[in-house]
Amino acid sequence: MRSVLPVLTVLIALIAVWISAVAPMNIRQSLDIAERAGVSVVPESARVRSETSRFYLMYRNPDEILRGYALDRPRLPTPKQVGQELWKTTGEMALKGRAFSKRSLIFHGWITLQSTLFGFALGTAIGILGAVAIVCSRTAEMSLMPWAIISQTIPIVALAPMIIVLTGQLGIEERAVPKAIISAYLCFFPVLVGMVKGLRAPAREDLELLKTYNASGFATFWKLRLPASVPFLFTSLKVGIAAALVGTIVGELPTGAISGLGARILIGDQFGTPLAIWSALFAAAILAGALVTILTVLQKVTLKRMGGAR
Amino acid sequence: MINLGAAVLFWCSAWTLNVVLARSKLHGHRLVRLLVPTLFGISVLVLWEGLVTSLDISPIILPSPMDIAERLVAETATLWEDFVQTVLKGALSGYLIGATAAFVTAILIDRSMFLTRGLLPIGNFVAALPIVGIAPILVNWFGFDWQSKAAVVVVMVFFPILVNTVQGLKEASVMQQDLMRTYAAGYWQTLLKLRLPAAMPFVFNGLKIATTLALIGAIVAEYFGSPTRGMGFRISTGVGSLSIDLVWAEIAVAALTGSAFYGLVALIERSVTFWHPSQRSEK
Repeated sequence: MRSVLPVLTVLIALIAVWISAVAPMNIRQSLDIAERAGVSVVPESARVRSETSRFYLMYRNPDEILRGYALDRPRLPTPKQVGQELWKTTGEMALKGRAFSKRSLIFHGWITLQSTLFGFALGTAIGILGAVAIVCSRTAEMSLMPWAIISQTIPIVALAPMIIVLTGQLGIEERAVPKAIISAYLCFFPVLVGMVKGLRAPAREDLELLKTYNASGFATFWKLRLPASVPFLFTSLKVGIAAALVGTIVGELPTGAISGLGARILIGDQFGTPLAIWSALFAAAILAGALVTILTVLQKVTLKRMGGAR
Repeated sequence: MINLGAAVLFWCSAWTLNVVLARSKLHGHRLVRLLVPTLFGISVLVLWEGLVTSLDISPIILPSPMDIAERLVAETATLWEDFVQTVLKGALSGYLIGATAAFVTAILIDRSMFLTRGLLPIGNFVAALPIVGIAPILVNWFGFDWQSKAAVVVVMVFFPILVNTVQGLKEASVMQQDLMRTYAAGYWQTLLKLRLPAAMPFVFNGLKIATTLALIGAIVAEYFGSPTRGMGFRISTGVGSLSIDLVWAEIAVAALTGSAFYGLVALIERSVTFWHPSQRSEK
């Protein structure tokens, strides 16, 4: 709670920087529009202006600065414009009962969320299974662990178009599958590392105690190692779900997808509508925040019920 | 089918050898630690080759490792041109600018408790966001050439490094800082001789995470427009024109570059933070 005031201050400062950056970013475009509307602007042709400093243009044409805050296709939109666009494509459409129309961000967010959760489940399963194999078998540890690390140094985006081609050739028409594979690829590693750490967390004394109980290997795993790994699991799940969302959006960006937040960004780029890009970006940020928050709550509830004080 | 049988046989014998090696007394030896994963990697490649050749999979779907290796040799000039454009110009320059900016910002922020408390949660949040999405905006702002790619990389690497450095600067304990005070050390002396060295494991953690992000940023930005060279450009056009083996060669270069970049930073980390417990375990 102590950090609410500082965070708010920093946020307000960031928004202030953003708003003041709008004027120089949009000045050339505003002057072009003003000139076409017959207003006299100081260096006259757009060619000359493109070689003049933005701040000099602002200094010479102070009356036209405000025009930059209300452009249709701004280089840098104002926070208000982004907020309005975001509301127009989510809340307003939901109020009209068209929440799942193809133009609403709720629809696109839902598509992205599905792939993210699918990939997250897949990645978490692979991560947990891999961690169990690594903890149980030294051969698996020695052969898999280095490759798990190397897999994360490979830029997945290079592979993304190939994964889409491959799944397409294998006859999988479902667009969600390649996206889920990419997000699973990004998400399994934090889970794997966290689970290995967690499964190895029990102290030697605890393991020896179970030995004196004549507990089998399976019982030790089930009753000691697994419960001990839960706090580690939740920490890595939070990293994992953020990574899964990044994976889905990366999977949507270069592939000509038609629905999903990444596709909105792509389409906004192709049609030159910056407001669509910005609102999709913020929707993605809100989604990421919501997912991490849900996991944080789950973590608190679970650990409390397990009697942990962490 | 014979190929597939041979490949499966090779896989099994390699795995058995790995089991034997891992259970033997030599399992702690550095050579064995290197040999086991290498053998595993080779057996995966052999299995891939066997599958592709024996099942007659079209090279348009999945080329065999041998085809890809051939392409790597035949197209060295193209691959090098793409490497220079994407990695050296785009990723590396952006990485250096972003890392320097984050490092300097962290040191400036650290002077104010208020700013640290305000920026750390925001930085942590932003570091978890899909920042790659700003690629089209920055390509629009900075043009098609490598400058826009570097800009995307700067934004992507900035927050992880910033957050880690700020956290690292808190690492020196009160006792240690008090000791510096009794030596009459000033702010800069304490920073240079105590706090920065103590922060280095954290800084390198951020730098290592950022290596992969830098390559991802540089490649994704090329999907949104680039001159007619660069890894991302080649991959996206290669998929369209069905020169799949060139795409795979490009992927191999990207994978090698990513691993080498990470390895290089890890190597520098080892020489800078040789004193840290995580670096001196294996002796």
